[in-house]
Amino acid sequence: MAEFTEEQIKRYSRHIILPEVGGRGQKKLLNSKVFLVGAGGLGSPAAYYLAAAGVGKIGIADNDNVDLSNLQRQILHSSRKLDTSKALSAKETLEDLNPDVEVVPYEVRLTSENITDIIKDYDIILDGSDNFPTRYLVNDACVLLGKPLSHGSIFRFEGQATTIIPGKGPCYRCIFESPPPPDMVPSCQEAGVLGVLPGIIGVIQATEVIKLILGKGDLLLGELLFYDSLRMDFKRLKIRRNPKCPVCSENPTITELIDYEEFCRVHF
Amino acid sequence: MVENAKGNNPDKTIDLKGEVCPYTFVKSKLALEEMDLDQILEVVVDHEPAVENVPRSLKNEGQNVIAVDKINDTDWKIVIKKEKEI
Repeated sequence: MAEFTEEQIKRYSRHIILPEVGGRGQKKLLNSKVFLVGAGGLGSPAAYYLAAAGVGKIGIADNDNVDLSNLQRQILHSSRKLDTSKALSAKETLEDLNPDVEVVPYEVRLTSENITDIIKDYDIILDGSDNFPTRYLVNDACVLLGKPLSHGSIFRFEGQATTIIPGKGPCYRCIFESPPPPDMVPSCQEAGVLGVLPGIIGVIQATEVIKLILGKGDLLLGELLFYDSLRMDFKRLKIRRNPKCPVCSENPTITELIDYEEFCRVHF
Repeated sequence: MVENAKGNNPDKTIDLKGEVCPYTFVKSKLALEEMDLDQILEVVVDHEPAVENVPRSLKNEGQNVIAVDKINDTDWKIVIKKEKEI
């Protein structure tokens, strides 16, 4: 790519100074394409920092509008954007922060029909979805396309994250083979969330994506990170590939994408 | 041009007069990234703290600072040999 502009040298100077990043690493970031599933609690902080870091292209899919109850945690949006598209609100906020970044909004719900076409040109996928059907769809699509995937999820005061590189470590189905039955999923009334919690988990996901792009450090590959905000406790659990995983094993039973029924929409 | 202590001819010279820290280091590092191993970079600065800081930071990154010379009342010349890929 072209040389840095004076403005870029200043904007990214604290990256360029780092031996692990430098001008080369910054150019990798500027040339990278990251796709975010959701512009909500997890997608907001993740997208904010990825844009600030100079990730060159950010795709962001969300088919919801901004609701007042989102603003306790979804920091991409604001009071003046109530009832407008979250994907478009995200684009405006992110391009305002960093005009180097091209933000492509997708005002759609991801399904087995559209996901492959939408994500195929992105290097890395970050899942900030709030429901099991999308989470399994994204996992399976990333496995089938061989795309690295950052998984994150949150509930009440706790969150978890892991990084999936198909073929190199376990996928989401290696850990949780299939979606829970509907009566095991918390009802909307039970699904409160501490507003700051997705900030922690989403930024952990963004950190993993940035390290993947730079090729530096150690990833949460084969490890599930648990965070308990009430106890301020982080735990890492070793996870292994399941040789009988329905989607990422040598003899998969799932070879096509599945649209699971949605039970109760838990708005994280 | 004053010859530096080891008599090496620079492969590249950058004029960073008017620049302050940390951009003196940032721009020196970016110039080195584009150069080949064993090539010589000369950096001219007039920001006094950079005379200490730029050589120290480049040494920390494994580069060989050959000379730091005051070349007139306001300017210094820092001569670096690229010892390591960045």
